[in-house]
Amino acid sequence: MSDRHPMTGNEMSGSEQVGLERHRYDVVVIGAGGAGLRAAIAAHDAGARTAIVCKSLLGKAHTVMAEGGIAAAMGNRWPEDNWEVHFRDTMRGGKMLNNWRMAQLHAQEAPERVMELEDWGALFDRTDDGLISQRDFGGHRYARLAHVGDRTGLEMIRTLQQRAVALGIDVFMECTVTELLKDKGAGSQGRISGAFGYWRETGRFVVFEAPSVVLATGGIGKSFKVTSNSWEYTGDGHALALRAGASLINMEFVQFHPTGMVWPPSVKGLLVTESVRGDGGILKNSEGKRFMFDYIPEFFKAETADNVEEADRWYDDKKNNRRPPELLPRDEVARAINSEIKAGRGSPHGGIFLDIASRRSPEFIRKRLPSMYHQFKELADVDITAEPMEIGPTCHYVMGGVEVDADTELSAVEGLYAVGECSGGMHGSNRLGGNSLSDLLVFGRRAGESAAAHADGLGGTRPTVDDADVKAAQATALAPFEHEGGSENPYTIQQDLQQTMNDLVGIIRTAPELERSLQEIERLKERAQHLVVEGHRQYNPGWHLALDLRNMLIVSECIAKAALERQESRGGHTRDDFPGPDDTWGSKNLVLRLDAAGTGVDLAHQRCPSCPTT
Amino acid sequence: MSGASGVDGPTRARIGARTLRSDRWWLAPLATFVVFSGFVVFATFRAFQAAHFYSAPYLSPFYSPCLTSKCQEAADFGTPFTWWQLSPALLILIFPLGFRMSCYYYRKAYYRAFWLSPPACAVAEPHKTYSGETRLPLILNNIHRYFWYFAIVVALILSYDTVLTFRDEDGNWGHMGLGTLIFLVNIVLIWLYTLSCHSCRHAVGGRLRHFSKHPVRYRMWTWVSRLNARHSQYAWLSLFSVAAVDFYVYLLATNAFDDPRFF
Amino acid sequence: MGYELKMRIWRGDQDGGELGDYTVEVSEGEVVLDAIHRVQATQAGDLAVRWNCKAGKCGSCSAEVNGRPALMCMTRLSDFDETETITVTPMRTFPVIRDLVTDVSFNYEKARELPSFAPPPRDADGKRRMAQVDVERGQEFRKCIECFLCQNTCHVVRDHEENKPAFAGPRFFLRYAELDMHPLDTHDRRSLAQGAAGIGMCNITKCCTEVCPEGIKITDNAIIPMKERVIDRKFDPLVWLGSKIGIRNKDDDGRTEV
Repeated sequence: MSDRHPMTGNEMSGSEQVGLERHRYDVVVIGAGGAGLRAAIAAHDAGARTAIVCKSLLGKAHTVMAEGGIAAAMGNRWPEDNWEVHFRDTMRGGKMLNNWRMAQLHAQEAPERVMELEDWGALFDRTDDGLISQRDFGGHRYARLAHVGDRTGLEMIRTLQQRAVALGIDVFMECTVTELLKDKGAGSQGRISGAFGYWRETGRFVVFEAPSVVLATGGIGKSFKVTSNSWEYTGDGHALALRAGASLINMEFVQFHPTGMVWPPSVKGLLVTESVRGDGGILKNSEGKRFMFDYIPEFFKAETADNVEEADRWYDDKKNNRRPPELLPRDEVARAINSEIKAGRGSPHGGIFLDIASRRSPEFIRKRLPSMYHQFKELADVDITAEPMEIGPTCHYVMGGVEVDADTELSAVEGLYAVGECSGGMHGSNRLGGNSLSDLLVFGRRAGESAAAHADGLGGTRPTVDDADVKAAQATALAPFEHEGGSENPYTIQQDLQQTMNDLVGIIRTAPELERSLQEIERLKERAQHLVVEGHRQYNPGWHLALDLRNMLIVSECIAKAALERQESRGGHTRDDFPGPDDTWGSKNLVLRLDAAGTGVDLAHQRCPSCPTT
Repeated sequence: MSGASGVDGPTRARIGARTLRSDRWWLAPLATFVVFSGFVVFATFRAFQAAHFYSAPYLSPFYSPCLTSKCQEAADFGTPFTWWQLSPALLILIFPLGFRMSCYYYRKAYYRAFWLSPPACAVAEPHKTYSGETRLPLILNNIHRYFWYFAIVVALILSYDTVLTFRDEDGNWGHMGLGTLIFLVNIVLIWLYTLSCHSCRHAVGGRLRHFSKHPVRYRMWTWVSRLNARHSQYAWLSLFSVAAVDFYVYLLATNAFDDPRFF
Repeated sequence: MGYELKMRIWRGDQDGGELGDYTVEVSEGEVVLDAIHRVQATQAGDLAVRWNCKAGKCGSCSAEVNGRPALMCMTRLSDFDETETITVTPMRTFPVIRDLVTDVSFNYEKARELPSFAPPPRDADGKRRMAQVDVERGQEFRKCIECFLCQNTCHVVRDHEENKPAFAGPRFFLRYAELDMHPLDTHDRRSLAQGAAGIGMCNITKCCTEVCPEGIKITDNAIIPMKERVIDRKFDPLVWLGSKIGIRNKDDDGRTEV
């Protein structure tokens, strides 16, 4: 290993012409966001030889974009808070479609996971008693989000990154996994035996031999045009799991964050943290009306203020007042904003107004929301301490993902684990703000431990990598260079897909549009057969995108198919033709698997696991 | 060009140009060079001149405290250095000079403007090797805090001099002239510069790890921090003001100008 | 609103390269990275550029725009005249990989050399207590997004490749300062900051502060305070004498040198 490149781990120089790099590990974690890093730390602590493989540089993962905080019932501000309240909030936020066991583990273990970060050097904002401060967020009954200003995700990833570096875990940066490898031997058939990928820097191929693979690849948002997600969010983990034989659930539930920037065009979709509302910001339409009072659903009536006075009192006195409607769960707020814009009461650039300037002092705003202040100042010339922001819904998070066992994060494939955004179940039909960062930590640790235990339990009988599979994976990866007479540009296909998903599978859906989207996706799949990339294999973004497109297309198909099937509105899935929730759907998950031909997906219904009644 | 070890090194992108900056990056170092050089020439001349440094009640800050037998009526602290035959300024100027030479702001300014290390950000420097402040003589900049201790004494003495300017030519109290105003402005700027010093910031509280256990020092640290943000401005302004005061005394002492008396 | 922007983009690798001319349509409110992406999507599909969040939060798209180190996603086209040609090159301190992408492994190696945070045991109730005023200085430094523009612009390594082994760079002085000011850390890293990290090489010319996209006062709040702390430990005879005869600041108690 001595010749490994110090940063990327690459063993070969860029000029080397042939050869295939091989590495052996007990646990390979794909993805270096919060979930991947936490899983790797746990696997390493459990004694496994662990590697992290990530598409970007270490520390750049999408987790840095998380702003608000980490939800954990530590009770530092409100001693009344405990895991049961957090569990209840999570289940209600997800409209009871959550995997209850995951929601329970999550609520119980989150506080200790947060304090672990502090042991590793994180510097959270403090209460007057010196404890970790906690802030209000939509859907959470008590102020519960441990935070650092509005850059909590950065703090979390830096802390985990520094911990992983201190432990000496091997990291393979700018290395993309394109295929999972499985054992073909008698008796052990179907088990994960490793992963195949390429170095972005050199374009060379690499094989990881490992009995345990943890998927921590994040979400799918880059399939949508208006999104808060980065280029990495191409649904790699979802697609890798599908192709390896695992199943996806809840894919119809895509969270549109209510507040994304709408102007200027180049930053359309960029996230505006929910903390703006948690810290007192309100939503207004072009008539200056605080419209959220008109959109309080029956389900949340009992706990939501129905007048301005009560709503404003709540920030200081939570016991005797109900929460402002701006802090309803994200799906409710996003739908309300969408309706206001559609009704012609939008702002000049097609959003609505988010106003904190008239409600809090400039010093308070700059202190509590420094990166929002900076972001609007730098990118939109808007001073948020003096004028309202223009915002609108943006694709933010996919609740759906790989179906896993709640306690071990094991998928349907032996040796394959999934955690974080690319796993499904925990958040039901809608995720509460702040629950994703805690999700990464809680299940990251669990996945890392079970992956290490699985590798350890194998003894000498390790699954083996089949050379034919490696050859096939190489051929697939090189295909975009070899399309004779190919005419399609990967960037154009990606743009068309993003437009299709945005227009036809967006925040409000109808059957005819969803059907059209599926036809579009089929056409795009066909076009992708003919795409061609210029240049060579060394750091070639066109080629990288061509390989990612395959994943984006299959995952988009999953979303559209599930969205067409579910004939109700619930959480992150809103059907104009079926406007309300339907109890017969209330206990059903939709499950997707790769079809027999391997080019599309099959869909099945499945009952949710039901809570034990006591 | 910095040779093959810098931006032209074999692994770096072969861009060729020393910098691609298209703005007037050379303006700031050039201005610094001209002004500082001018000050050095002026101050050197005045320090060696050993004349025209006192015009009652005004003593030039270059000569304060005046401690040799040349001082005569300007010797507010006696003349312990009667054996010193050179200019009395040379005896004491080492303290303000050392304070400014080792100042964190002046270091930045002269490394950029005089030593071109670097001339401006992202502009290649002309030197083959570089060892920073790890060797003599530049390692001596680490004793800045001792010069700061002396700078406090100097500022106190200059404050005393300023108090003395509330006299008339004959030593009667309760009078004021234009010179008094100039002295006042100067001493305020000298104190602002001295108290905004980075070593001061460290000494009053910056060195602590637990502000919460030292509320008074924390309060002082926040004040000094606020001043410290403008340390470079105070460095320039006090440089001008001290030269202006000296020049004003020179004008009075040579009878080129008459001090307008207010009362 | 929209106009044709003239750009020069450096294309090449370690064997050589040149500034290529491109003309690309851009519109109001766009940043340099938007223009680069449009070139990539329409004219040069294999143009290598590193980026992630496009919101100034991840620090991936560091480059030099008209010779100034900057994040491409935070450099607005409206800051330039419409007739001006914008030149974009890779960072010039790190080995180039291809086009605008450089090998920033120097920084990851330096990160590994730094001893990590070493906390004492938690309080009896399993929690930790720190005052807000005690964590605020460290919090400023932890805003760092590791774009490495400070490392890139620092002439100590930019102009002197041979200094790289002995010099950690501004980003890691930030880290040293953060840990040294941490109210709970039990390590004393001052000797290390002087020795292994080479803080004495820094001549505080403040270019790191000038280019920091997060506005961290790297020089005034981290490097100079850290230099002063090193002086306490290494150069100040009064502090040394004080510690010998027992008159000393108790604030450093409980730390061991690493």
